[in-house]
Amino acid sequence: MWEAFDILLQANFWAATIRIATPLIFGVLGALLCERAGVLNLGIEGIFVAGAMSGWLAVYLGLPLWGGVLVAATVGAAFGFLHAVLTVPLGLSQHVTGIGITLLATSATYFGYRVAFPNVATPPRIEAFPPLHVPILGDLPFIGPILGQQTAFTVLAFVCVGVLAFVLSRTPLGLAIRAVGDNPEAVEAQGLSVVGLRIGAVMAGSALMALGGAFLTLSAFNAFYFGMINGRGWVCIALTVFASWRPGKALLGALLFGALDAYQLRIQTIAGGVVPSQIFLMLPYLFSIAALVLVARRADYPRALMKPYFKGQR
Amino acid sequence: MIRFVPRERTPVWLSVAVSIGAGLAALLLTAVPLALSGAPVFTAFGLMAQGAAGNGFALAETLTRSTPLIFTGLAAAVAFRAKLWNIGAEGQLYAGALATVALGAGLIEAPPYLLVPLVLIGAAIAGAVLLLVPVLFKTRFGADEVVVTLLLNFIMLLFVQMMLEGPMKDEMALGWPQSAPILDDAALPKLVTGLRLHWGLVLAVIAAIALHFFINRTVWGFRIRAVGENARAARYAGLPVGLAMAMVGAISGGLAGLAGASEVAGLKGYLTADLSPGFGYAGIVVATLANLSPLGVVPSAIFIAGVFVGADSMSRAIGVSSYLADLVVAFALLCVLVGGLLTRFRIVFVRREPA
Repeated sequence: MWEAFDILLQANFWAATIRIATPLIFGVLGALLCERAGVLNLGIEGIFVAGAMSGWLAVYLGLPLWGGVLVAATVGAAFGFLHAVLTVPLGLSQHVTGIGITLLATSATYFGYRVAFPNVATPPRIEAFPPLHVPILGDLPFIGPILGQQTAFTVLAFVCVGVLAFVLSRTPLGLAIRAVGDNPEAVEAQGLSVVGLRIGAVMAGSALMALGGAFLTLSAFNAFYFGMINGRGWVCIALTVFASWRPGKALLGALLFGALDAYQLRIQTIAGGVVPSQIFLMLPYLFSIAALVLVARRADYPRALMKPYFKGQR
Repeated sequence: MIRFVPRERTPVWLSVAVSIGAGLAALLLTAVPLALSGAPVFTAFGLMAQGAAGNGFALAETLTRSTPLIFTGLAAAVAFRAKLWNIGAEGQLYAGALATVALGAGLIEAPPYLLVPLVLIGAAIAGAVLLLVPVLFKTRFGADEVVVTLLLNFIMLLFVQMMLEGPMKDEMALGWPQSAPILDDAALPKLVTGLRLHWGLVLAVIAAIALHFFINRTVWGFRIRAVGENARAARYAGLPVGLAMAMVGAISGGLAGLAGASEVAGLKGYLTADLSPGFGYAGIVVATLANLSPLGVVPSAIFIAGVFVGADSMSRAIGVSSYLADLVVAFALLCVLVGGLLTRFRIVFVRREPA
């Protein structure tokens, strides 16, 4: 029984929590940015896949690690642009278009990977982001080993939380983005372009989603595997509602999810053999559904979410 | 100046033309990555066509592959008509497959005319129950069904793996995680001896016709369409919206469950965790390509099945990755969405008056 509690005192557990949470932080930030502007982006799962592969491939072909990050973000923004053009000016169903973007991004990625590497038994590897050494804090007991396992990519995720929170709540641009997801008519009346703001927000959000994928291949692992995203994108959509579209709460939700996932991985080795491993693997998905159902009643959805806007039409 | 003018009615020929056009456009778009990969484009498409419908055997294979796609396509079509975004047909398919094995692998012994319907009903109920949970979450708690149905797919697949490694494991299968085979009395017979084509196809087509009449000719069908077009107006008009949603959920989940039953009882004979290569997700494309018309789902499923079968055969012949098929499917979905604008709007060219 104490073993189950002991896990919480291991630095390794907390390090893993942050590592598992990092791609989700990017994903939830990306999803909430799109949704704050009124566009649901179910392309997220495919954009994760595309970001993971393109960022990794760029580094494999010789770009520096941060170059790979940039490539992933660009690819994400490109898929975001496609989603935005189809759903914003053309007003197509955001649900079905998003699923289409996921199918397209996933299949294009897998096809591209197979073209680049027709017959490889083990996936080729790259030199991933090295662990950071933080001065002073890194030498502390317990905290030191937790921080000592993180990379600069994780730091970027935390920076993004702060930047997005600041932009959304303290700048005129953030105000415009929030308004375009709540009351597009008012934005139009201010002389701003609803279509332009929405397309921009979806592109930026999709770039963030792609970074979540790239973190997996450039920092958490050092290779690209088929099926490595495995529903992480969908989990982010659930966590976005849980986070009530706020960057700070998004960080909290992702860390909570990371802790749960890290915990189930560790408890498996203790309870293994008695309880089937699949039960533990189901927990993160069940947790996401539970989180969604619990907050759904009082969730404060952006009022114009999924409502296409056409100029001069009420 | 181009203006979009909403159409009062959409002629049937236009819907059909848009679907066919979208399919062709998807193939055309796929030629770009195919050419970029350095493959011979015309040879590849030629081999795909040949592999999908080049001879009787290929055609039978395409029809076999279309069977689960008709079921999942119908599941998506009826749900999307009511704006119930069921993205969980993959999980519901596995629920149906599990029920098929649970009932058909020796639990009950009965003659085929009893056992086969029993197994099918069991599978439909299993699929329906799996979708009624998110429908309940939606109507009771306001939880978005898209995310819940998507996540249930992953949970269901893990549950299948657990059953196949545990209680349902076939001890005769030499450690391979697969279920015991179903009884011969529970199997759907083959349509033609020597081919893999089975009675599941006939059931799928019957289901499509039945659903067509249900949606277009019955009171409940009308209510479902009304809820889909404007849920608030439907509620205001006194329609039982929650009940209609539950009914759509039961029908949609049940159809997806039948896809699993038909694959197990008609084709494989036992259950493995790789029973479906994404039939549930492809069903969304099938339904959208058919403009959500149940009768249109049948040709649309045959087209998508042909793409998959043809790509497999082309891949074996010249080594181009069969992920090409998934690309065609993704492009087809996006193309038909854009093409759908033509069915909903008339495009009018207006000459701008000189100022």
